[in-house]
Amino acid sequence: MDTEFAIRADGLEKRFPGAGPAAIAGIDLRLRRGLITGLAGPDGAGKTTLLRLCAGLLGASGGTLAVEGHDPGIDAARLHDIIGYMPQKFGLYEDLTVLENLELYADLRQIIGTDRRERFDRLLDFTDLERFTSRAAGKLSGGMKQKLGLACALLGTPRVLLLDEPSVGVDPISRRELWSMVKTLAHDGMTVLWSTSYLDEAEACDEVCLMHAGRIAYAGPPQTLMGRMEGRSVQIRDIEGSRRQLLQRIQRRDDIIDAVIQGRQLRLVLAAGAALPDPGELGAGTQARVVPVAPRLEDAFIDLAGAVRHESQLAARLTVRPLPDGVDDGAVIEAQALTRRFGDFVATDHIDFRVARGEIFGLLGPNGAGKSTTFKMMCGLLAPSAGRAQVMGLDLQKSPSRARQQIGYMAQKFSLYGQLNILQNLRFFSGVYGLSGRRQRERIAEMVDIFSFGDYLEQDAGQLPLGIKQRLALACALMHAPGILFLDEPTSGVDPATRREFWSHINGLVDKGVTVMVTTHFMDEAEYCDRIGLVYRGRMIASGTPDALKQLAATADMPDPGMEAAFIRLIENDDSARRPA
Amino acid sequence: MWHRLLTLIVKELQALLRTTQGRRMLIMPVVIQLAVFPFAATLEVKNATLAIYDQDQGAASIELTQRLGAGSAFTRLLVVHDEAGLKRAIDEKRALLALRFAPDFSRRVESGQPADIQAIIDGRRSNSAQIAFSYVGHVVDDYALERGNGNGSASQIAVRNLYNPDLEYRWFVLPCLIAIITTVGCLIVTALSLAREREEGTFEQLLVSPLTPAYIMAGKAAPAILVAMVQATLIAAAAVWIFHVPMRGPIWLLYLGMLCYSVSLIGFGLFISALCSTQQQAFLGVFCFMAPAVILSGYMAPVENMPPVLQWVSAADPLTHFIIIVKGVFLKNYDFALAWPELWPLLLIAAITLALAYGMFRRHSA
Amino acid sequence: MRPAVRRLWALCRKESFQIVRDPSSILIAFVLPVMLLFIYGYGINLDASRLHVGIVLESDSADAQSFTQALYGSPYIDPVRSHDRRVMLRRLDQGEVRAVVIVPPDFSRRLAQGQTALEVLTDGAEPNTANFAASYLQNVWLTWQQQRARDSGRPATAPITLTPRYWFNPSTVSRNYLVPGSIAVIMTIIGALLTSLVIAREWEHGTMEALLSTPVTRFELLLSKILPYYLLGICAMLLCVLVARFLMQVPFHGSIVVLFAVSSLFLGSALGLGLLLSSATRNQFLAAQAALTAAFLPAIMLSGFVFEIASMPAPVRAVTYLIPARYFVSALQTLFQAGTLWPVLLPDLLFLLLSAVFWLGLTARQSARRLD
Repeated sequence: MDTEFAIRADGLEKRFPGAGPAAIAGIDLRLRRGLITGLAGPDGAGKTTLLRLCAGLLGASGGTLAVEGHDPGIDAARLHDIIGYMPQKFGLYEDLTVLENLELYADLRQIIGTDRRERFDRLLDFTDLERFTSRAAGKLSGGMKQKLGLACALLGTPRVLLLDEPSVGVDPISRRELWSMVKTLAHDGMTVLWSTSYLDEAEACDEVCLMHAGRIAYAGPPQTLMGRMEGRSVQIRDIEGSRRQLLQRIQRRDDIIDAVIQGRQLRLVLAAGAALPDPGELGAGTQARVVPVAPRLEDAFIDLAGAVRHESQLAARLTVRPLPDGVDDGAVIEAQALTRRFGDFVATDHIDFRVARGEIFGLLGPNGAGKSTTFKMMCGLLAPSAGRAQVMGLDLQKSPSRARQQIGYMAQKFSLYGQLNILQNLRFFSGVYGLSGRRQRERIAEMVDIFSFGDYLEQDAGQLPLGIKQRLALACALMHAPGILFLDEPTSGVDPATRREFWSHINGLVDKGVTVMVTTHFMDEAEYCDRIGLVYRGRMIASGTPDALKQLAATADMPDPGMEAAFIRLIENDDSARRPA
Repeated sequence: MWHRLLTLIVKELQALLRTTQGRRMLIMPVVIQLAVFPFAATLEVKNATLAIYDQDQGAASIELTQRLGAGSAFTRLLVVHDEAGLKRAIDEKRALLALRFAPDFSRRVESGQPADIQAIIDGRRSNSAQIAFSYVGHVVDDYALERGNGNGSASQIAVRNLYNPDLEYRWFVLPCLIAIITTVGCLIVTALSLAREREEGTFEQLLVSPLTPAYIMAGKAAPAILVAMVQATLIAAAAVWIFHVPMRGPIWLLYLGMLCYSVSLIGFGLFISALCSTQQQAFLGVFCFMAPAVILSGYMAPVENMPPVLQWVSAADPLTHFIIIVKGVFLKNYDFALAWPELWPLLLIAAITLALAYGMFRRHSA
Repeated sequence: MRPAVRRLWALCRKESFQIVRDPSSILIAFVLPVMLLFIYGYGINLDASRLHVGIVLESDSADAQSFTQALYGSPYIDPVRSHDRRVMLRRLDQGEVRAVVIVPPDFSRRLAQGQTALEVLTDGAEPNTANFAASYLQNVWLTWQQQRARDSGRPATAPITLTPRYWFNPSTVSRNYLVPGSIAVIMTIIGALLTSLVIAREWEHGTMEALLSTPVTRFELLLSKILPYYLLGICAMLLCVLVARFLMQVPFHGSIVVLFAVSSLFLGSALGLGLLLSSATRNQFLAAQAALTAAFLPAIMLSGFVFEIASMPAPVRAVTYLIPARYFVSALQTLFQAGTLWPVLLPDLLFLLLSAVFWLGLTARQSARRLD
């Protein structure tokens, strides 16, 4: 029995018959007992395969693996007594209640008598689910499902806890709660392996294991990796002029390997050995300052994976039609007292906002707060009970067809026709929006070129890597050169490089005058927005620029909150404002 | 707008036909059912066993036994020698039908007295046993008439079977098969493809596009009609060239009927899928529609034998009307005037179900 | 409770909750069976009890009138009269009448001379009904002639009558043999169609992964799928038998115990087949398709429930031996109408046992403890 390492892998390899190269290969891994290890990497890097191997759900094709001294391939039966595993969809029975799910997993793990009652009490308290014990798991919000899934995995008091992307589709509040729960567990000696495609999550772990293309690119404490980046992460503040155009200029430079928008500021990662850039030379204006900031794990990852040199050709080649006559430049998208009731439940309550031409408007809020309902009403998927939803001055209820012709829509999970290949999907979406003949052919050729689909043209959309799927979804939404773009959690589950590429396209489009409305759970993404509306309990509790929201949440003990902290603070403020009443 | 509709239809067909699995789903049922149905689905009696308990052993009983054994209905004769053997033969299903000749049977026939043969029928299989019984009846009647004709008095009747002189069962099954197989194809394509779009989230993509609900419905309807037409053509070709069923009526009438029928089915399919949220539910929904629709269509048993309530249901069943049209075109040399009494109910059913589906669709989409 | 027993119990409980809470499984298990039973029982009446027959009277003679009266007297015929041959033939075209009897102008003369006096045209597009119509009319004709001979005092030709005696189903209601057969079809639907979805569903929803990472064994998993659905099947069976016996008045002569044994064995193979398809495809849609083709269609077509197996060509007949529904139909028909006849039931039981062992064994082999 290994005294130090809970999981030990040597030269671990897994091939799936007939699926080309190995899913993972040459994995050497030591996981220290009682630590949280973040398993990070882009989609398709092999994270799930590694977790499944550890859980004994897959047999290895080569190398050795020992989980608490057991070989999962041989000794799966004994192993299952000491591990907890939460698969991607949480492994819950949707038509069973919270309590019934817990009872099932308790029985399966032979937890009975007083022990069982104590553990239920503790876990329900821990997960804050007592109030919902008789609710069907399928009716829980994403965050609650995630906590219940965790509770089920924890029932046997496992020595090793394996979590497969537990935070996809979950709001920041639930993520933070989950994190603090797992932290407590690790303090009690549990070994946790947590897979995620978000590096800010991995950064908070005791150790990280970065995977890339089936291999481990780095394993060790995140601080070590971030330490290498010391002095290379900077922020440009007080920018004059368009920060988006500045971003485009900066992305062409060799001495800067990464640049993202953070509210009014830009955050840069310098190439190794590069000097601090001069703001004036960058064209950020005379007032601009370059301020060093603390490096993030994501910076290190970009450094490891190589810079993403991406320049959007999309914006350059896209012609955006001018606004039709009589449309107010300041209200391309407009919600007026937008209200939706489901029976007695008021999902959204008198929501108002206006989005100007060429603006990115972000809709943020916890799961179940009314964010999706608002979004659906704005693109005409749901009829409001009261109030109006307008795009380009057209009421979505009164002239749906004409209004929809103005909209490009990119759905959550990139809804494409999985059985159709890229070309067929492009043809379909362009045809539906009225493109035909030569114009259609040219447009498709253009999209194929811009998004470099060349290698994938004949592949079924369902089989594409997530990043390509996302590109294709964007291409489909843009076929008819719409003046308005609706994005519903557009980067859910995709890795940093793809996210950057995506936003470089969006930034380009916005510069050309396209108006964008986006929902997201990820605060990095919120930073790209010009303005944000925070929806909670059916109402818009705050709106303004990202910086303004951060200011709103600033307190004496937290003078400069990040976006996520601001989000949580504003929601807590709203909760406490209600309580006295 | 024509181009948009065409785009929808092309997409639908690509989604159906691109995968091997999808193609198999459309073709395999046709092939399997064509291979099994015409042979298995028969109410004719062939190769059956007849038990004979001949207490008489006279000329007449032996003559009759030989005649019975000569036909195709009974290829095996099981001779038993006592009551117990007779009982066993029926009980253990060794024979479909048993005949008992009384000891004085031949004597009575010779002397011109009324004679009686007792036929014992297995009630567990009463349909085939009854058919066998009526076959025995024919043979006995013929025999009696022949003997009677010697005295020269009895007059006969001439039976002619119109449309299907030899009462070939296959001539009946294959036209019905066109109707039944296309029903499955058409319903599955409409109901399931819509449910799949809901599950995959692409339905929302359609709803945010400028297409109106009517277009989306038409986009779902056209491929289903095409699938039905292709399947119908395949089966019809097999019927004519492989199974040699005559095709007496005009072929355009068959396609016209097929068109009206598939439109009415699409109404049902869209209606079912509007009620369901998953493919599983849609599948079960299609199944719950199919089973009664086939049974009550008059394919398995004549509609006039049903109780009045079921006769009304049968009248609302599009399959009932379409089966009459298909059989008419194949066997009866139907023209438009003859087909019209069945065509308008189809169009009426289609109008009602499509309107309902459209209503549900609009409610869902807005 | 031993851990294995507790795990099994917990899994069964979970499965039962899922069954009870899913409206579609209740629909399939309880509503559809009753509906199908009634539709089969009342919708299919193969006895052709009152056939629409058209009479074209081209002769007004007393003989013609007398024969028409005889037709009206037959319990099997529902006559419609007309004087115009064309009108009647058109009704035959449209399927409104199943046969046309033409009484020619010289009917009486032909009758007297012993010539063919009557023309009967049947609708050959419905061969079964055409057969029935021809033999009913033949019967009426012979009876009428004998009656006429007797009335006029002439010696009748020696009649040879064929007296039917029905064993097991004296009133010859087709319901009595169709209902037991349709119970077999219904059990196939519940056993195979419903279970074809359950394992696939766990794969699709990702719950299988969670289950497999617990100490559950393969057999516990499999048993937990079999037992609740077996119970559901037996409940549906009981419902069917009760509805058949008391609402539809279908007699039941056999032993309940044997019925239970036969149904259990049949459910064994149906569940085995359904679960096998489900765990082999891991996809609800495919599994349901396959179950429809592999279980439901054979149960209808090749079980001898409506279509006589002996009349099928040899290759098709050979296939029927592999179909469990065949033995179930035979056993059910015997139990309902004849009683506990061991010579029939024993082979049926034996074959059902073999097929249950075969399918369940295959499923046990197939079901994975791992994902790959």
